[in-house]
Amino acid sequence: MSSIQKPSRDRLGDSLTALCGGALALNLLLILALLGLLLANGGGYFWQKPLEELTLADGRVLLGEIHDRKPVAARAGETVAPEAQRIQLKVGNRDLDGIDFLWLDESEIVSRSRPLDTVVLERLEWGNFYGRMVELRRGSELLAAGPEEVWKAFGPLHEEKLREREAIRKLEKGPIGDVNHAIERLRLERRKVALARLPAAAEEARLAGLEAAEREREAEYEALAERLFSLRAALDAEVVLLEAADGRRKELPVGAVVRALRPNTFGFLDKLALNASRLGEFVFDDPRESNTEGGIFPAIFGTVMMVFLMSFAVVPFGVLAALYLREYAKQGPLVRAVRIAVNNLAGVPSIVFGVFGLGFFVYLVGGSIDRLFYPEALPTPTFGTGGILWGALTLALLTVPVVIVATEEGLAAVPRIVREGSLALGATKFETTFKVVLPAAAPGILTGMILAMARAAGEVAPLMIVGMVKLAPALPVDGNFPFVHLERKFMHLGFHIYDVGFQSPNVDATKPLVFATALLLIAVVTTMNLVAIAIRNHLRRKYAGSAV
Amino acid sequence: MSPTSTAPRESEMISEPTSPESPHLAAPAAPIPPAPAAPAAATRPEEGWPIDPALDPRMGETILEIERLSLWYGAKQALHEIWMRIPKRQITAYIGPSGCGKSTLLRCINRLNDLIDEVRVEGRIRFEGSDIFDPRTDVNSLRKRIGMVFQKSNPFPKSIYENVAYGCRIHGIERKRELDEIVERSLRGAALWDEVKDRLDESALGMSGGQQQRLCIARAIAVEPEVILLDEPCSALDPIATAKIEELMVDLKERYTLVIVTHNMQQASRVSDYTAFMYLGEMVEYAPTQDLFLNPRKKQTEDYITGRFG
Ligand SMILES: Nc1ncnc2c1ncn2[C@@H]1O[C@H](COP(=O)(O)OP(=O)(O)O)[C@@H](O)[C@H]1O
Ligand SMILES: [Mg+2]
Repeated sequence: MSSIQKPSRDRLGDSLTALCGGALALNLLLILALLGLLLANGGGYFWQKPLEELTLADGRVLLGEIHDRKPVAARAGETVAPEAQRIQLKVGNRDLDGIDFLWLDESEIVSRSRPLDTVVLERLEWGNFYGRMVELRRGSELLAAGPEEVWKAFGPLHEEKLREREAIRKLEKGPIGDVNHAIERLRLERRKVALARLPAAAEEARLAGLEAAEREREAEYEALAERLFSLRAALDAEVVLLEAADGRRKELPVGAVVRALRPNTFGFLDKLALNASRLGEFVFDDPRESNTEGGIFPAIFGTVMMVFLMSFAVVPFGVLAALYLREYAKQGPLVRAVRIAVNNLAGVPSIVFGVFGLGFFVYLVGGSIDRLFYPEALPTPTFGTGGILWGALTLALLTVPVVIVATEEGLAAVPRIVREGSLALGATKFETTFKVVLPAAAPGILTGMILAMARAAGEVAPLMIVGMVKLAPALPVDGNFPFVHLERKFMHLGFHIYDVGFQSPNVDATKPLVFATALLLIAVVTTMNLVAIAIRNHLRRKYAGSAV
Repeated sequence: MSPTSTAPRESEMISEPTSPESPHLAAPAAPIPPAPAAPAAATRPEEGWPIDPALDPRMGETILEIERLSLWYGAKQALHEIWMRIPKRQITAYIGPSGCGKSTLLRCINRLNDLIDEVRVEGRIRFEGSDIFDPRTDVNSLRKRIGMVFQKSNPFPKSIYENVAYGCRIHGIERKRELDEIVERSLRGAALWDEVKDRLDESALGMSGGQQQRLCIARAIAVEPEVILLDEPCSALDPIATAKIEELMVDLKERYTLVIVTHNMQQASRVSDYTAFMYLGEMVEYAPTQDLFLNPRKKQTEDYITGRFG
């Protein structure tokens, strides 16, 4: 055997390297496939398809968007032409027919066309309307008639209505919300006075004062309500008369229209602009129609805020625990046992943490807080029910092992000689730990935080029992004192996906929404991680060459 | 690097290896109570103070007296009854094969061995007359007065400025102007100022090895210690950086007492005034550097410095 021949054990090494590379490639491929699937299924959600008018063999006329095409599945004993296709048509008009989607064999279709005068109306209620505009009226006054005339008059009128609707929204969220909030506070204040067992005269005086204030507020509310009522009446003053493809007619207040389109007249750029506008609505608006339409802003907000709260809780807690374990505790069997216990904590199913959070945080801690600080609201719980704070703390417990382990690794990587350098200058152990070791371990701590945040953002099960809801009436942050309401329930993207996808009455309509929301969840988590990674890299650069 | 660069600085050193009792040594010897020395001297007459003041008039004032120091790591004895006086504002070097206990002895002087569990010490080290192992001694102020530079440079993962200012901040100096002044003075003292004055805010970990080691010296002198312990400060440096540090040490002698561990005999002979040769935890010979290298009194010393020795 000549010495320059490749030894066989080297060939084994080569094939192992190939195997490792292959495993990595497979992983990457799976991730790409996941993203591709989400994009393919969710990306089309905002893209406007043309409106097709179909005349069927039995004389029916249908108008809608073609969503899907599938080969016809053969039933037992039947033979089907191989090219036979079924199409899924979104026909909308849920208020007329009760369904949005229907399947039909392509062979039933006699003729197809894309008439230019057909419109799509996105509505506040009942989903889309597909059809033609017939008349525009204000009360009994006819403003316009005929598809073209009505379309021309509709645009400016609709814009005006959108402004009015915005004014109503502002009124409701602003002054009216504030007055309601104030009245509720006064009511609670009254109960507080009643519970305080003051001397009768003092109690009387304070109650009288509070009642007077409440009456004042109520008068204010009446005035606002009247204004709201007149605004609403104005909003509904104009109606558009619509005609479905089969000739049925329907009146709709112009103010109830979100967006009106004639998709068959659209060019590519129009569609692109529409896409962007719908994407903006999706990200920044509140949901409508039991979450199947509108945006998912409250869910994004809830997810991000919950994760931030969790980080605020878990990082100091985990870092202090790791500091004690690594720097102060005497390394021995006890510390080893604690470390094993901490690691095992990471393996406990997350729903168990949810149960613990419910029992400990919600009932025990929250219940005690209510009895101590909010007795006037009882029996309505304030903190004694699920809320964003309890959700965040529950997830903090769930992720604390990750932070502890990462921090310990960061601390262990700070060389002993660096600590000795500090001690040799006369620094105490405490000073050395907090001024030298901890800053040097900061990148490691941030790694732990990144992992914790990633884990927390994806966790849904435990949150279902400690405060996450399908639809929260208000964000946990608003303009009413104290501005941040940690006791409020919150929405979450993960739960939103489940709710929209599997709990909604209209699964066909929401299927793309599930993918779009999932994509957004990934985007939110990725953004948060990238920010944390950027901070970590900054720290690393600052301490170039430092450990971890 | 030329071995002659720091040739005989004190000409009288070679002139007379022995001299009669000299009056100016009586004073520094006074604070050392004769009590512990006496019995040892009685039982092991050739041990005790290896440099008899009677024999060495040039030593001058001493700052540290190590008396019969023994140290155990668990059951293993690492130092055996070390006796030595360390002269003030001079450079004292420890040489010896690795593992002989040089670092251990050095780390006793600022009590850095306290950090290691299972260390047991017997004997005494007097610093300006008081015992550093006395339970009343405040270790942190002791370490402020006895600084240390380590074998491997160990700057903190902070900016150059913060590295130097760290010790001052620890000891309560917070005013920016005062800190600026100290940082500049210390960096100048460590011959580093001109190289880094424009990048004080950059990470210290981006400096070269030699610069890092000089930064560690600057950090040590920033808190104005009286003694600086240097544990093989050049072992990881190239010859040019080594020469710089050696030069610096000779300059620092003006203000500080330096105790340096080295296993580089040329270095010891170039920079130090006194040299102690250690072997297997024992102090074999301690003498003025020139004497030790030119006329070693012990066979082991001679074997070691002539390289005939493992
Ligand atoms: N932390 C320690 N625990 C146990 N033994 C040690 C420790 N540090 C040093 N030693 C032992 O003490 C002896 C002296 O070591 P050291 O002072 O580092 O020698 P030197 O610096 O001269 O090379 C060596 O035998 C070494 O193994
Ligand atoms: Mg050593």
